[in-house]
Amino acid sequence: MGILEVKNVGKRFGGLQALSDINLSITQGTVHAIIGPNGAGKSTLLNCLVGKLIPDTGSVSFEGKSVLGRKPHEINQMGISRVFQTPEIFGDLSVMENMMIPCLAKRDGAFSLQAYHALLSDREIVDRAEHMLEDMNMADKRNMHAAAMSRGDKRRLEIGMCLAQEPRLLLLDEPTAGMARADTNNTIDLLKQIKDSRPITIAIIEHDMHVVFSLAEWITVLAQGTPLVEDTPDKIKGHPKVREAYLGESAEH
Amino acid sequence: MTDQTQHIATPTSEPAKPARKRVGGGILGLTRKDFALLVIVILLTVLAPFLLNPFPTDSAMAQFNAGYPDLMQRFVIFGIFAIGFNILFGLTGYLSFGHAAFLGVGSYSCVWMFKLLGYNVLPGIGLAIIISGLFALLIGFISLRRSGIYFSILTLAFAQMSFALAYSVLSNPKFNLTNGETGLQVYTNDPQIFHNPATTVNAPHIFGLAMRETETLSLGRWDFQFNVGYYLSAFFMVICFYLAIRLFRSPFGMMLRAVKSNQQRLNYTGLNPKPYTLAAFVISGMYAGLAGGLLSAMDPLAGAERMQWTASGEVVLMTILGGAGTLIGPVLGAGFIKYFENIFSKINESTLQAWFAFMPDGMQDVVVAIVYPFVGKGWNLTLGLLFMVVVIFLPGGLVQGGQKIATVFRRDRKASGVEDDAAEQRQAGE
Ligand SMILES: Nc1ncnc2c1ncn2[C@@H]1O[C@H](COP(=O)(O)OP(=O)(O)OP(=O)(O)O)[C@@H](O)[C@H]1O
Ligand SMILES: [Mg+2]
Repeated sequence: MGILEVKNVGKRFGGLQALSDINLSITQGTVHAIIGPNGAGKSTLLNCLVGKLIPDTGSVSFEGKSVLGRKPHEINQMGISRVFQTPEIFGDLSVMENMMIPCLAKRDGAFSLQAYHALLSDREIVDRAEHMLEDMNMADKRNMHAAAMSRGDKRRLEIGMCLAQEPRLLLLDEPTAGMARADTNNTIDLLKQIKDSRPITIAIIEHDMHVVFSLAEWITVLAQGTPLVEDTPDKIKGHPKVREAYLGESAEH
Repeated sequence: MTDQTQHIATPTSEPAKPARKRVGGGILGLTRKDFALLVIVILLTVLAPFLLNPFPTDSAMAQFNAGYPDLMQRFVIFGIFAIGFNILFGLTGYLSFGHAAFLGVGSYSCVWMFKLLGYNVLPGIGLAIIISGLFALLIGFISLRRSGIYFSILTLAFAQMSFALAYSVLSNPKFNLTNGETGLQVYTNDPQIFHNPATTVNAPHIFGLAMRETETLSLGRWDFQFNVGYYLSAFFMVICFYLAIRLFRSPFGMMLRAVKSNQQRLNYTGLNPKPYTLAAFVISGMYAGLAGGLLSAMDPLAGAERMQWTASGEVVLMTILGGAGTLIGPVLGAGFIKYFENIFSKINESTLQAWFAFMPDGMQDVVVAIVYPFVGKGWNLTLGLLFMVVVIFLPGGLVQGGQKIATVFRRDRKASGVEDDAAEQRQAGE
């Protein structure tokens, strides 16, 4: 049994069946890529996993516990972190503050009323956040307004914020979209390092086949809301159905 | 990028550079800068009777003096109101249009303590904080189910309901909680169980020292007034200001700013924005309740008009005018607006005639006719214009104006703190 089990999930938006009968099992400790053409329903599927959307049918369970009916912050506290397709960070806060928030969430839970002691005298949190920033190679940007950074840096900060929580499952929605080639390669290296250094499971949605084939151990191809095939990267590369439905088209991207 | 990999490979290793510059743990747990700000506020409040009375008592300019007890009390009490409002609005961005309800609840609570227990102000102030806190918990719990304009409308609706309750519903012969139009006040047949008219003054007091007690110091042509009620209120304001600084610098304060910045990210970082905003709402409601209690302590009469929407709007103006999200801004804004309300409204036509008497007759009449609509009853017009100027040219409020002036004098633009940041952000947000 995988760390995440998706069974018969369906989701409808008005007249559009965005997801139908999705079955997916993500194996503990692997990098599992989900690919598919634009509008295939990849982000919608992710939304169903983290509580942003509630599927019309089916079940989703993480480590044997159902996530359905739980609020997004509760699902996160279970051990699932998500990086969004467009960077979601605290734009008005400094980079350092952005990093301290997940550290606090990890240590103190979904709510804690610490309105009196100074944040910066909390050595544990400050050290941890600075350490994380160094890991992400962003220590020099610690006092910058997060909104003022480049898109690639925002993305890296967001990944770092998710990692600061030490999630057991990390969901990445096109983590390299809009990044320069060099940044993309750095991100690949970073993800490989993360993968090798801790027991983490990663599900990654990606259009960039270079990224997919560098990282993934297992690939699910989604088209029009249903899984087309799933297999190892080598098999997927040569699969005629995939070439037709996706890879041929992806050459334009 | 190559050395980052080493760190990740050893997540438990000690930080590479353990000796880092760190702030915090300074005097009273404040950084040097924040402590300086606190000292300035303390000095300003303590010396207010001097600072606000720059003109000799018998001079023509004396009417611009603000150093009399009644007005000074208002400065600090509405300062408390605005500091509290800013904790909600300045940090979380949730714009409550009903905060006067808590002011009113605090006022009524305090007068009830006078009626039941006696004229010592401390039980009244204590009850004002508690009751307004509970009231805020209820209203906040419901209103915070929505955000943006819907939240504002919900709070406004609650405040207007509270006003209606206080004005008529809760004032009938069977159950008279608010005494309706007349306003709640102390009557001779009230229980006042701890009040002994033979030994203590028959007015609000603190351990026998009456709030209205005023010592006047005459120095040459100047008269300076030191009032017990003012100093008690000022004491509370300094405490409130200190607690607000601590809150701004705490993890909780950062979470409130995170709520304003990106609730989605907060949710997906395992944090629940609801209790954070609700806590901020209750805290700011308690500040408002304290302000209301102090108003009653200065003058033991609580009327429903204190809850009206205009009063709720006023604290919004104070906060924005001074600089939302800054520490000192709301206090400045409160002082500014109360000064206008009390000083500009007192200028009448004959005062203007006297001012412009040096002009030729015809011209004098013209100038007076032009200026007159902006003073006296028309002081709101001046305030409105000023508000527009500030919002358009200084979105960071008076604090930002102060910074602009400061930068003209010192050319180094690098001095940064939360005050600057918040003011700048507001500007960037426009
Ligand atoms: N909240 C929504 N309401 C209505 N339709 C939606 C909603 N979210 C997604 N859709 C539709 O569902 C389909 C799947 O969208 P989704 O964002 O999951 O695709 P995707 O595979 O992530 O595509 P991309 O590669 O472009 O990110 C699309 O046709 C989209 O327009
Ligand atoms: Mg998508």
